[in-house]
Amino acid sequence: MNYLMRRLTAFPLVLLGVSILVFVAIRMVPGDSITAMLGTEAGLLTPAQRDSLAAYFGIDQPWFVQYWRWIGGILHGNLGISVTYGRPVLDVILEHFPLTLELAVLSMIIALIVGLPAGIFAATHNEKPSDLGVRIVAMVGQSTPSFVLGLLIIYTLSAGFGVLPAMGEFAPLWQDPLRNLSQLILPAITLGFAFAASVTRISRSAMLDVLSDDYVRTARSKGASARSVIWRHALPNALIPVVTLSGIEFGYLLGGAVIVEQIYALPGLGRMVLDAIQQRDYALVQGSVLFIALNFMIVNLLVDLAYVALDPRIRLGEQ
Amino acid sequence: MRILRAIFGHGSGRIGGVIVGVYLLIAVLGMLGLTPHNPITQYRIDRLHAPNGAYWMGTDLFGRDVASRLMAGVGQSFTVAFFSVAFATLAGTVLGLAAAWLGRRWDGVLMRLMDVLLAFPAILLALLIVTVAGPGTWTSVVAIGIVYTPIFTRVVRGPALSLKAREFVDAARTFGSSSSYIVTRHLLLNLVAPLTVQVTLALAWALLTEAGLSFLGLGTQPPAASLGLMLSDSRNLMETAPWLMIFPGLAIMISILGFNLLGDALRDILDPKMRRAPA
Repeated sequence: MNYLMRRLTAFPLVLLGVSILVFVAIRMVPGDSITAMLGTEAGLLTPAQRDSLAAYFGIDQPWFVQYWRWIGGILHGNLGISVTYGRPVLDVILEHFPLTLELAVLSMIIALIVGLPAGIFAATHNEKPSDLGVRIVAMVGQSTPSFVLGLLIIYTLSAGFGVLPAMGEFAPLWQDPLRNLSQLILPAITLGFAFAASVTRISRSAMLDVLSDDYVRTARSKGASARSVIWRHALPNALIPVVTLSGIEFGYLLGGAVIVEQIYALPGLGRMVLDAIQQRDYALVQGSVLFIALNFMIVNLLVDLAYVALDPRIRLGEQ
Repeated sequence: MRILRAIFGHGSGRIGGVIVGVYLLIAVLGMLGLTPHNPITQYRIDRLHAPNGAYWMGTDLFGRDVASRLMAGVGQSFTVAFFSVAFATLAGTVLGLAAAWLGRRWDGVLMRLMDVLLAFPAILLALLIVTVAGPGTWTSVVAIGIVYTPIFTRVVRGPALSLKAREFVDAARTFGSSSSYIVTRHLLLNLVAPLTVQVTLALAWALLTEAGLSFLGLGTQPPAASLGLMLSDSRNLMETAPWLMIFPGLAIMISILGFNLLGDALRDILDPKMRRAPA
């Protein structure tokens, strides 16, 4: 339990660090937020008007007072007001999050459906031409940036088949599932490709590792069929690193796939953060970065828990 | 010499080594300005030419030579990647050694700080840093460097901790060696192998992140050439001038592939534990 307890006690500490880092980083952006908000009109303000605006937004206070207020607000579910949307930051984030979540889930499904069988196949055909083929495809897949693949897919579709990916107004899953899927399938393949390549590589090497273990040899010598050795004895243990890798990748994807959302014009979390940065909507940047970091930390913690639960060596070693 | 021979005796090492070598050559030529044409000169008469004898990879919307821009872009991307990885390696090694050597409280504080940095998805942290410092080449270097520092810190700290507990370190202490001598001589030298592998793989990520930042308009600023920027500019002309997308896209992909292959080979060669299951 020692390891898990350490992780759990470190969690709030790291979260505190993250919140301070985000807060300080935003305060370090050159220019004051009043000028950023009003643009050239800020030049028309009298000093008195500027002061009263600063007092209204609370930015006349020292940074630790501002930080304290921000944290106090967060604990009450109040992340501030987005200047560009004119609505509470939390509402804006929660509006963009479902798309990102759905995209992450779809990409992971694609990665596991393709990557896991490919990895097992390669491991059971070790050093044969088919193994080499799988390894080459996986290596290329892992080296292909999502934006290169995304553009290639769009180009191939439009030049080869005269079709364009379904863009336009985004349809939420619960309103129009078919249209929603048609909009998300290409982005999910784009993200899932490199993800699948990583899954293939890790499941292949984990499987090879396990297949050379003593207990697998014992099972074989006792006359267990090749199928039973692979599926019943080897696979459950080979899955441990796959779960870890998939969890971490999933955590990354929950942060919004900034570039893929940009290419396919999807209103997800990543693109929202990018827009907020470009429009200097500091409350929104601050709130969403904290939200994303928190998600990422929670997923990583869950991955650690799963790791402990799956690996009997760790589980039994503690007792 | 021995390591070079080992790399070229390794299947994927050979391919990766050749790719990285060719790219280094292109990068140097691009940085020295030894390109077929000037990468920012606009040959207005020759706008959007398909690849031909005069322009090997065609020209862009402004009549600039794509091949020359690509060479300059490779030079730019490699500069950013090398400096940012050098930054991360140096910072990570110093922090990792400090955490391992000083131990207890220092270790706890340093590693929690690294946890804070690791709590951000890489591209998001880079975006945040670029927002604070404003886009540009050197901002990209610092941003990517900071993003990868925690990874190097971890890579160094773990082995350094176990080396610290070994007999030869005790022996060196008994002989009256200073801390700085032990850290540089006994710890650092033994960390060269894991660091070499990590540096090679980090170069692949750095190239990817640099291209991503430039693609979003937050890295290299126009009119300077950068692969990510070229790719981003190609989007609206995809159907009329596909060469604008295909060449920079392939250039990014193959460069990352080269470093990945080389990194894998180095891991096989330098880390005996991994030999059993080369992935």
